[in-house]
Amino acid sequence: MFGRGLKTLSLLTVVLIVGAFALVFFYAPNDADQGFIQKIFYLHVPLAIVALGGFVLGGIHAIRHLRSGDPVHDARSYVSIHASVIFGVAVLVTGAIWAKGSWGKWWVWDEPTLVSFLIVFLLYCTYYPLRYAIEDRDRQARYASVFAITAGAFVPLNFMAVRAAESLVHPRTFGTVEGGMPGDMWLTFLVCFAGIALLWVTLVSFELTAKRTSGQLSRLRRALDDGGHGGGPGVARRIAPSGAGSR
Amino acid sequence: MPALPLDEAGKYVAAAYVVFVVLLVVYIGIMAAKLSRISREIEEIAELAEQRRAEEQEPEPEEVRS
Amino acid sequence: MRRAVAALIRKDLRLELRTRESVPAMVLFSLSTFVLFHFALDEAEVEGSLAAGILWVTLLFAAVLGINRLFVSEREEGGFDGFLLAPVDRTALFVAKATVLFGFLAAVEVFVVAAFAILLLGPSPWPGLPSLVLVLLLADAGLAVIGTLVAALAVQTRARDLLVPLLALPLSVPLVIAGARACEPLLAAGGAGALEARWLGVLGLYDLVFGLLAYAIFDFLLEE
Repeated sequence: MFGRGLKTLSLLTVVLIVGAFALVFFYAPNDADQGFIQKIFYLHVPLAIVALGGFVLGGIHAIRHLRSGDPVHDARSYVSIHASVIFGVAVLVTGAIWAKGSWGKWWVWDEPTLVSFLIVFLLYCTYYPLRYAIEDRDRQARYASVFAITAGAFVPLNFMAVRAAESLVHPRTFGTVEGGMPGDMWLTFLVCFAGIALLWVTLVSFELTAKRTSGQLSRLRRALDDGGHGGGPGVARRIAPSGAGSR
Repeated sequence: MPALPLDEAGKYVAAAYVVFVVLLVVYIGIMAAKLSRISREIEEIAELAEQRRAEEQEPEPEEVRS
Repeated sequence: MRRAVAALIRKDLRLELRTRESVPAMVLFSLSTFVLFHFALDEAEVEGSLAAGILWVTLLFAAVLGINRLFVSEREEGGFDGFLLAPVDRTALFVAKATVLFGFLAAVEVFVVAAFAILLLGPSPWPGLPSLVLVLLLADAGLAVIGTLVAALAVQTRARDLLVPLLALPLSVPLVIAGARACEPLLAAGGAGALEARWLGVLGLYDLVFGLLAYAIFDFLLEE
């Protein structure tokens, strides 16, 4: 989505997010158990879901890249993962702030979703050193795609394993939010989710546009340099005989 | 879990949302830097292209003269 | 393809028997790690979840050593090119290497579990041994698959030694979770408890998913 589509997308995102925040603070009721601090969930949970979805999407783009060899899909895969890693930072920071406010500690191992997210985040952080360690452009893209597919398959498996490890011992603290959410909380959550998801799409589109533009600029520059050198001797060759002829 | 008093919980909630906004603003800043680099490169290339065009038209009179 | 796989496995086993590089190093590393744990934790005997944790973390780090070495001979002696020229399904290399890594891990574990029982483990390992072997074998399969994939990814890059642990550790987390939790009751003080089928399920699912995945995409790592 480039050009005019990008402007509409950004506008829609801003509207949704502003609307979502308004709902969070003026419309959604306070949670009976957790009180005001529960409001962080409207930010934290959509960020996490969108980030995880973005990782899986990165894997899907990687599959298409391996099947077609088209570097466009590799660009999409890279940007999806990159945006999701940034969202992941936000997830972990907001999660830590919530934990500090609720439990008094910056990190708790009780919440399987957060723990499994940390593991996934650590895994995807290795995407960058992997890419930078390979110089050949084609091989870099291919190996990155293999990694993105493996990591994408890892996300659900890891979530299951962590969930199985914690569920018996500790009650799921998100249960109060996800279990018995009243209608107005659900609406607020959905709007927040839509806003964050659209924000992800917008940021990915911006990033892809910037990449495409840079790529086209490089092509232009190369063409000009070659054209300059080719035109030089070419022009001289054209000129010299007529110059000699005119003498 | 006891509900924190509003002013205390409010600080944490505000911190979380502020972090979100800060990350967003940082991202916008990075995008703005990329954009300015791209527009600088476009300027350079436009100059290069005009230079090329000038060179293509210039050498003729010079060659003929020498 | 089976003949190619068999030939490749024979080559690697013969190489290992002659040079004795990987397996003794992995065992030695594990023994040193046990000594370190003794001093770091200030414990003479461990049991239950602590024992399971020490065992699994040690095995994982030893596995990383083996993974680092897995494709080195191909890389340095031009084995990749030779293999690519052969009229053989490329996935044969994956199957062969994963099998070899599985074999190495199993061999290492024979010594390491024995050493662990002598050095650090409080309760006797014998009652829980059959279940322990089952859990170890299932986890080894997962480690072999993911290890071969990571090794192939890393061997042709510049920062090979850094990338292998960076990539392999997070990917192995589900294996360690399931392995350690499964072994907890087996190494418990009051006599071995029951093996929970749940963890076998997690291990089996992991092996299946990543086995199929690696089988499907390994080819793409070998293209020139």
